[in-house]
Amino acid sequence: MFEIRFHGRGGQGAVTASKILALAAFNEGKYAVSFPFFGTERRGAPVTAFTRIDMEPIMLKTQVYTPDAVVVLDSYVMNSANVTSGMTAEGFLIVNTSMMPDEVGKEFRVATVDATSIAARHGLGNKTNPIINTAMIGALARVTGVVNRDSAVDSVRELSPRKKDDNAEAASEAYDSVNLGWAT
Amino acid sequence: MQKVQKYNAIMTGNEAVAVGVKLARVGFISAYPITPQTTIVEKLAEMVANREITAKYVEVESEHSAMGAVFASELAGVRSYTATSSHGLLYMHEMLHWTAGQRLPVVMSVVNRSIGPPWNIWSEQTDSMNQKDTGWLQVYCESNQEALDTILMGYKIAESSDVLLPLMSMEDAFILSHTSEPVDLPSQEEVDSFLPGFDLPFRIDTGTPMGYGSYSTPDGPFMELKRDMMESMRNSRRIIERVTREFADAFGREYSGLVEQYMMSDADYALIASGTLASTGKYVVGKLREKGWKVGLIRIRFFRPFPDEELVKAVSGLKGVGVLDRSVSFSPAGSMANEVRAALYRKSNIPVAGFIAGLGGRDVKVEDFQNMFQMIRDGFSGSTYVNVRGGA
Repeated sequence: MFEIRFHGRGGQGAVTASKILALAAFNEGKYAVSFPFFGTERRGAPVTAFTRIDMEPIMLKTQVYTPDAVVVLDSYVMNSANVTSGMTAEGFLIVNTSMMPDEVGKEFRVATVDATSIAARHGLGNKTNPIINTAMIGALARVTGVVNRDSAVDSVRELSPRKKDDNAEAASEAYDSVNLGWAT
Repeated sequence: MQKVQKYNAIMTGNEAVAVGVKLARVGFISAYPITPQTTIVEKLAEMVANREITAKYVEVESEHSAMGAVFASELAGVRSYTATSSHGLLYMHEMLHWTAGQRLPVVMSVVNRSIGPPWNIWSEQTDSMNQKDTGWLQVYCESNQEALDTILMGYKIAESSDVLLPLMSMEDAFILSHTSEPVDLPSQEEVDSFLPGFDLPFRIDTGTPMGYGSYSTPDGPFMELKRDMMESMRNSRRIIERVTREFADAFGREYSGLVEQYMMSDADYALIASGTLASTGKYVVGKLREKGWKVGLIRIRFFRPFPDEELVKAVSGLKGVGVLDRSVSFSPAGSMANEVRAALYRKSNIPVAGFIAGLGGRDVKVEDFQNMFQMIRDGFSGSTYVNVRGGA
């Protein structure tokens, strides 16, 4: 079983990202589950969402406490939440930032992607509220390999409510431009 | 790529329920929105607006009125549906008795959410446990597939002339309602051949006028009508078993009637649980089996009718059992534990532990289940709280 935890803020699309990933894994024929944890239901509040992927039916219905990968949609969330809780050194930490991985940390397998700039280039959202979740899915696919590029991009297109092609292109660009902080 | 799963869709529990309502060819829907149920009736309202279904959708100002509206439409002979949660269900309480007492086989979804104060939107079964004596059948689902399938089986069970009682189908808040899972969607043709059209024998018909909800003195038929309801509830067990078998024949998915037994054939100890807690409990049983613990899980699917005989059979041969309640009851233990203990009285002398866990959506973790199984193995027979600050 592969467990992913998304950290973002209300309105950034962490919940949708968890669903897109589950759909991508499902379309590859795997078992997949995604679910949100809402703290308080308001825009801007920290939001956590989860995806589990397995080759067997998934009976475990708790929150994810030992993630194999953590996706941080808003790097400022890292100041207020312990986003790496339960991670091991083998775990993937994927952060939306213009920084390089070694500037974020070396405790985990850190990857960074400037999803905010990618979103701006593809006209997703606006300056104060860019739509970055679809780019993060592309980065996650590249970093973890838990789903392949095509199913990630196809699922982004399927679940994007509008600008489907722009979102799919953002996911592709993030797949290509994510910075890996470890030797592959 | 080789598919390991055989499902044809991935969707949330609430979406799966809405599809079930569509496939059941429900003719009338009335509801009032409340988190976390809202996305069910949102989806249904969208289907009505897009003419995907021909049901009439009536907006109302409260849950009490919603149940009043489906009472009336069902009495006119139209298959009817509503959904609610938490305080909305409490607000319906009076009308639940009327619907059951009038013998109207309405099916309702309840997304189990806690009761305030303080305000809290997360998973807990106190809302539906408070309705256990209203005359409604109660099913606690553990997956989105079961939530969909229970709508289809639910109408067939409730509408049986040997039952004619309403049925509520429960989904745990967020853990099913907002969780996307693979689901196998049946075709309309398959559902049509499984679930016949609805024909209420005593529907309102101006050609043959009858009195409804009339007055009864103590010597009138009041006590006999209540006796009949209680007997129909008991008789529904037979219909549940039959419809579950028919469902398996039609769709190839096996459910277990009132009670499911998981890894029980050689178990010494077991936990009795319901809803998604039973699903995580099964996961933990698998982990403990790897360590050599002879444990199993008994899942209560139907809490009404209460599966007393099934539970007596399921625990025979065990050395100890525990009951997990995700609800508040101001009695010696949780509602399920109380009823399990009553059912086992003088039929079994094994220790029965009572656990109250997960109130207000507090996550019941793998280690919490391990602790419960440890206490059951240690012979604990009292009632206690799981993962509570300040000690149990």
